[in-house]
Amino acid sequence: MSELQDLYQDLIVDHSKKPRNFGNLEGANRQATGYNPLCGDKVTVYLKVANGVVQDVRFDGAGCAISTASASLMTERFKGLSEAEAASLFETFHKLVTGKQLQQEEVAQLGKLSAFSGVKDFPIRVKCASLAWHTSRAALEGTGETITSE
Amino acid sequence: MTPTGTITQPQPATAAARPLTEQEVSRIREDFPALQQLVYGKPLVYLDNAATAQKPREVLEALERFYRADCANIHRGVHQLSERATQQYEGAREKVQRFLGAAEAREIIFVRGTTEAINLVAHSYGRRFVQPGDEILITAMEHHSNIVPWQMLCEERGARLRVAPINDVGELLLEEFERLLTARTRLVAVAHVSNALGTVNPIASILQMAHSRNVPVLVDGAQAAPHCKVNVQELDCDFYAFSGHKLYGPTGIGVLYGKAGWLEQMPPYQGGGDMIRTVSFEKTTYNTLPYKFEAGTPHIAGVIGLGAAVDYVSQIGLERASAYERQVLEYATEEVGRIPGVRLIGTARDKECVLSFVLEGVHPHDVGTILDRQGVAVRAGHHCAMPVMERFGIAATTRASFALYNTRQEVDALVAGIHKVREVFC
Repeated sequence: MSELQDLYQDLIVDHSKKPRNFGNLEGANRQATGYNPLCGDKVTVYLKVANGVVQDVRFDGAGCAISTASASLMTERFKGLSEAEAASLFETFHKLVTGKQLQQEEVAQLGKLSAFSGVKDFPIRVKCASLAWHTSRAALEGTGETITSE
Repeated sequence: MTPTGTITQPQPATAAARPLTEQEVSRIREDFPALQQLVYGKPLVYLDNAATAQKPREVLEALERFYRADCANIHRGVHQLSERATQQYEGAREKVQRFLGAAEAREIIFVRGTTEAINLVAHSYGRRFVQPGDEILITAMEHHSNIVPWQMLCEERGARLRVAPINDVGELLLEEFERLLTARTRLVAVAHVSNALGTVNPIASILQMAHSRNVPVLVDGAQAAPHCKVNVQELDCDFYAFSGHKLYGPTGIGVLYGKAGWLEQMPPYQGGGDMIRTVSFEKTTYNTLPYKFEAGTPHIAGVIGLGAAVDYVSQIGLERASAYERQVLEYATEEVGRIPGVRLIGTARDKECVLSFVLEGVHPHDVGTILDRQGVAVRAGHHCAMPVMERFGIAATTRASFALYNTRQEVDALVAGIHKVREVFC
């Protein structure tokens, strides 16, 4: 059961039940929708970006606890980051959930996001954890197309 | 050509079959090596049978025997091994013919699975008989494999796909269905049993309504073949499709039954070896049924394995298995249904072996993950039936689906697992 407890940490359950920054963002100038065909998870990320910095970010959609909590915690962290910092955070987050070795500064960079470390023991759930991140990257890169985590 | 050991026990369809006893099921479980394993240190509780069923030793041994001793190509070798392989391959066709109650063995076409069977009909029947403005009629509870081939056909031919609606418990609205049968309807394609809801469709009524308007009917039997005794002649259906792997047989092999009268009129599905009689660069003449539809070296081992699976279920008796499975489903419906926060999806009066549900506030994917760590294997998702999910206003369900080897104790493990989910989330 310990792996389950690692996966569904209190922070993740809390954010899945009460997602932060949930809903449409007025004045968003970047937006993308991500879809996980495996389980039907769908997330839309709205960003307001000015001078290369994320001013505000919100999301909506429907998904499992892992994808919802991941989107919620991602939006908490994104505010105030430069596009380059957001991209770098995604790289580190992806290393975390896929079980790659992390440097000390990367652990520091993740902060609360380390709660997703349990995902590495559930390979099939990596797509859930990274859906919102793939989606925000698509939004920031301005491709604007519906992306999937396949 | 009747191999010894093949048992065909004709039973009156009307007599209620005696359910398998718990002792019999306990013996049956020993036939399935995969059921003997631990998952995460817990006994495997395999409740994903609507996706695929586990395989009995008889099937595994048939596969191995073919590859060890009889491996050869069929219909062409002059040598002993080829003769043995051909005999077993064609012997399996006759087993399937008896299993479905078909009039002739040439009406049994081996394909990769239900999906390919439906695609074959869409492609071959569709090209021959569907014209611009024509209609194909399906239902709102179809699997994607009984939707998409028809959409592709309709797009190609300028035809129109019509969809008969279902009610809130997941039953087909027969009056609506009948209303949608028009002079333009060229084919009805309908699931015998819904994979997402478990609903058993009133196939006899559907056939009667369609046939009274001279419309042929394809029945998607993927979920029905492992549970319902089917007799295609009594049903009088025009096409019946099913997959071997859901019937305890190998993956990659399935069956299309078609009335010879239709199959004769349909052009080949694929070109290649075995489906031809003569080939020159000017003109090719096609082989007779069923070979016209079996281009290339087929899945010989799969066919032989499917034959072994058909023998296996026939020896047990599909009616007795089904009567037992319904008891397990009834027990599961009661036990799961009374867990706080559970909403059952698909509560038709006539159901087979599928228990779909949602747990309030918890995504099915999370339910599936937590159950998995208790050793309980279920499916979580849209079950390749996204329109069904939309009809019920949900994105996904958790689905437990039962086979003849499942027990009430396994239902108890499922229920305990769902309580564990509630501990994490509720």
